[in-house]
Amino acid sequence: MSLLEVKDLQVRVEEREILHGLSLTVNPGQVHAIMGPNGSGKSTLSHVIAGKPGYEVTGGQILFKGEDLLEMAPNERAAKGVFLAFQYPVEIPGVTTWNFLHAALNAQRKARGEDEISSPAFLKKVREVAKSLNIPQDMLKRGVNVGFSGGEKKRNEILQMALFEPAVCILDEMDSGLDIDALRIAADGVNALRSPERAMVVITHYQRLLNYIVPDVVHVMSKGRVVKSGGKELALELEESGYAQFEDAA
Amino acid sequence: MPAVQETVERVRRIDVDQYRYGFETQIESDKAPKGLSEDTVRFISAKKNEPAWMLEWRLEAYRRWLTMTEPTWARVDYPKIDYQDIYYYAAPKPKKTLSSIDEIDPEILKTYEKLGIPLREVAILEGVEPPPGGPPSPSRKIAVDAVFDSVSVATTFQKELKAAGVIFMPISEAIREHPELVQKYLGTVVPTSDNYFATLNSAVFSDGSFVYVPPGVRCPMELSTYFRINERNTGQFERTLIIADKGSYVSYLEGCTAPQRDENQLHAAVVELVTLDDAEIKYSTVQNWYPGNSEGKGGIYNFVTKRGDCRGRNSKISWTQVETGSAITWKYPSCILRGDNSSGEFYSIAISNGFQQVDSGTKMIHLGKNTSSRIISKGIAAGKSQNTYRGLVSAHRKATGARNYTACDSLLIGDKCGAHTVPYVEAKNSSATFEHEATTSKISEDVLFYCIQRGLSQEEAVGLVVNGFVKDVLQQLPMEFAVEAQKLISISLEGSVG
Repeated sequence: MSLLEVKDLQVRVEEREILHGLSLTVNPGQVHAIMGPNGSGKSTLSHVIAGKPGYEVTGGQILFKGEDLLEMAPNERAAKGVFLAFQYPVEIPGVTTWNFLHAALNAQRKARGEDEISSPAFLKKVREVAKSLNIPQDMLKRGVNVGFSGGEKKRNEILQMALFEPAVCILDEMDSGLDIDALRIAADGVNALRSPERAMVVITHYQRLLNYIVPDVVHVMSKGRVVKSGGKELALELEESGYAQFEDAA
Repeated sequence: MPAVQETVERVRRIDVDQYRYGFETQIESDKAPKGLSEDTVRFISAKKNEPAWMLEWRLEAYRRWLTMTEPTWARVDYPKIDYQDIYYYAAPKPKKTLSSIDEIDPEILKTYEKLGIPLREVAILEGVEPPPGGPPSPSRKIAVDAVFDSVSVATTFQKELKAAGVIFMPISEAIREHPELVQKYLGTVVPTSDNYFATLNSAVFSDGSFVYVPPGVRCPMELSTYFRINERNTGQFERTLIIADKGSYVSYLEGCTAPQRDENQLHAAVVELVTLDDAEIKYSTVQNWYPGNSEGKGGIYNFVTKRGDCRGRNSKISWTQVETGSAITWKYPSCILRGDNSSGEFYSIAISNGFQQVDSGTKMIHLGKNTSSRIISKGIAAGKSQNTYRGLVSAHRKATGARNYTACDSLLIGDKCGAHTVPYVEAKNSSATFEHEATTSKISEDVLFYCIQRGLSQEEAVGLVVNGFVKDVLQQLPMEFAVEAQKLISISLEGSVG
């Protein structure tokens, strides 16, 4: 069974249709890249999968491990293993990263009917995970993303991904605002989390990111549809010729 | 439904059921005849076996009160109070004279047990998680004075405090046993003529706590008073007086609850603090009077005058308050910085929900040289509530080198509530340095969605954001209070918080 199946998805925002029948099938262990120009609907897709309010699904469905994802509350989706790495992670002043991650992990465990994890056990776990990703311990004590650089914010997203061990990770424009060194560090973190059970959907404008996170499948989106799919070489082709050739296809 | 919209909907449905202290204790009580007159004042004074000077003091206040009018400048709106429709004194009928805690009416003991207030002298074991990597929290002792309607029903750890030289007793007892101290300080910080509600309190106050810490003594434990209104149609007029003599230190906590009733009840307290040279008082309040129901019916009118006088050099007074209850709050814990180099602090969290109205803040009056003050106020408005910060910072002509820092932050949940900031600043000398910062923000959809995407529920997300918002102030509370306050904040925003 495929892990994530988007079938003929139609989505509106304030009366305007953004996705006009988008389909996508993601299997365990795969990395899919979704590329496309601004306004093609890439971020809308990631938001709808995660359940962000403000989008109206007018047709189609999303199945996650065969279950209807659109019927689930966003926090339920998180507990089932859907993770969205945000393009612009928010700041939460006064709440330490450590505290936030502990609360979130316990909320997920509770939803799955598992025991909550105690503070000392959690502390041990989060320190190990941070260490494995070369993330300084100091980051855990600071307010969530408060005063973090662009690179630190993205690493915080990857830390959470590693901690929650989701089945599907959606990475929304992970490369935005990162210089080449920060990009490489972030990509190394993502690569460390690739596994035969886990799938990733990498949303990006530029081929550059895909030099570091090498995809199995590349999709090109234009005007709310997937207009072409192929192997990793499709990304290189795009880099050469640009998106213009697909405008007509849409 | 968008997340914030959903929160607003839930807040709107907030109901009396969520006030967890709204039960009533069935007990016989001894009441003064309804209404206010010279006879009422004499009745209360006689009940307390007061000396003649105390009765005179009260009567003078009463006569002055008759000439005064109720203030209307606060941003609060309520129907006219009928002062003749209130009982000014109610006390549980004692079965016999008490000599130990075991003789207190079991109904009252049960009340305090239900409220989680220890009337037995046991060290409190905290159920507090130590900070990451930190040492486990030690168990600590807290002495409690419990005031039930108009009388103090128990004061714990008196012996241990006495050994340290600290006097901690109901003020009605202090008037009889330490008249010289009471006469020297009572009404010197909040004069009987101060304001309408303070003057009323001076005439009819029935009980409250008295604390005296002798020179050089650091009070060996936290002192606390727990106020409970039980009787119907009764006003509570407590009076607290705390004196920290030269070089002493005391930390004092107060908590308040009341049963839920359809009619409004009046609470008009006066608290006076005095610090002499090098002394410090830390005064913390967690106020959780019944706030009224979802239609705005019932609830406590909380009209309170709290003021501290840093009378001595290098002395310090610090107010910390967590205000979550009451239908109306009218309260401005203030500091008079009289002694040179003295300092005052005001840390406040004021939460309003439903139809609650809060008008609260502080006054920092700089009189001495090189005095400093700090104000951190966090207002959170939800439902259809109105939340106003009102503050005054003033520097007298001779208060050279006065410094103040003020930060007022407001957080709005939903779009039917209001937050207002009314700062007054007066500097009468050019060497004063006053800084003021203010922000107003809403909990954004993006922040909520981020938290929810990580697995938190709507309630948990709001709770987390709010607790982060008030963190600077929560940190000022003694540990066991901070944990309580954190829970209380969640309960107050219930509907939006789990």
